[in-house]
Amino acid sequence: MSIQSCVTIINEWDIVAARQLGRNVAKELGFGTVDQARITTAISELARNIYLYAGKGQICIDKLYEGGKPGVRINAIDNGPGISDIRQVMEDGYSTSGGLGAGLPGVKRLMDQFVIESNPEEGTQITATKWLR
Amino acid sequence: MNKMIFEFIEAHKLEMLNEWMKTTKDENDDRVVRVVSDQVFNSTSREFVDLIIANIKGTKDDYHSRLKEFAERVVRLGWPLTFVSKGLHTFGVIVFERMEEAGAITIENQRKIFREFDEWLTRTNIEIIGIYAATWEKTVSLQKIALQELSAPLIPVFDRITVMPLVGTIDTERAKQIMENLLKGAVKHRSEVVLIDITGVPVVDTMVAHHIIQAAEAVRLVGAKCMLCGIRPEIAQTIVSLGIDLTQFTTKNTLQKGIETALELTNRKIVNVEGQN
Repeated sequence: MSIQSCVTIINEWDIVAARQLGRNVAKELGFGTVDQARITTAISELARNIYLYAGKGQICIDKLYEGGKPGVRINAIDNGPGISDIRQVMEDGYSTSGGLGAGLPGVKRLMDQFVIESNPEEGTQITATKWLR
Repeated sequence: MNKMIFEFIEAHKLEMLNEWMKTTKDENDDRVVRVVSDQVFNSTSREFVDLIIANIKGTKDDYHSRLKEFAERVVRLGWPLTFVSKGLHTFGVIVFERMEEAGAITIENQRKIFREFDEWLTRTNIEIIGIYAATWEKTVSLQKIALQELSAPLIPVFDRITVMPLVGTIDTERAKQIMENLLKGAVKHRSEVVLIDITGVPVVDTMVAHHIIQAAEAVRLVGAKCMLCGIRPEIAQTIVSLGIDLTQFTTKNTLQKGIETALELTNRKIVNVEGQN
């Protein structure tokens, strides 16, 4: 079972909207402040990647229930240029825009599950999940 | 517009007004009607119909300025745009139905009348939407200015010690301002220690961290020391998970501790004085 709501990312303020949505969902499910911060930070990173590299995309937040255990799933989808070398972007310190290069590997560490799919034709889809412990 | 239509509206003003008010109230949910008191609703509706009638009598400029005034007042009353726009449409429908009933519209003239009336209605609609949009744009730009004034204040708290308290989301625009104000202020106040307080920043992601690191580096170049305060426990954990390196920073969890350390660095301390009471 899942309940979904989405935010379209076009400008910088949409990142804040996506973050807010994620924080509300996390709060509703009973995540503590530390996990709320982890989830919102992960959303922030993913949304910013969409804004910086793809220009336009969507962040969807799902409530999940698996075996009675609730969780939050973040889905970041864009039709941007795609990532040519996924292994490289998952390395700490790699950035094409002069940033810290901690975004994607950071998100992987912040969340429990992390799946990335990308190709130049369809763009990028990242799914990251955090379970309530 | 066709003189006949106006004469018709003027002659049947009251009954159409009543019908319009009734339809509008029935169609809209309580949300709108509750916002607007009955008295205001009635008088404003009457004024609107008067305004339409004034169109024939007055000149074009006169009508334009009165329409503008009217729209501005409606915006102030907080009527939603959809409500006003829909109301205008309803008015058009009522006028046509009435004219049809009265036999004022015939097969020969209906196209002509319809086109003229529609043109007038559209023009009025566009005008109202324009005024709404202008009001919103004005509000947004004023808020933007207000936000900018709040965005990156630098406060000299002691001699050679300055604090920049940051509250709220940091975007690229704001990051730029933080950097500018920090450097300008550090030089102006001859700061030796600059404290950046992030207690009020809800999320510290890699971009925010990156901007803070850059700002701190720039502050170091102008000869001051930068300290980061107000790191909440959850923020500390996310920074560690993200793998952000803040080792070249002195960090404190509260602004108070930061100021104490800053005083130490400038060879001063706060002491209790002997009371006389």
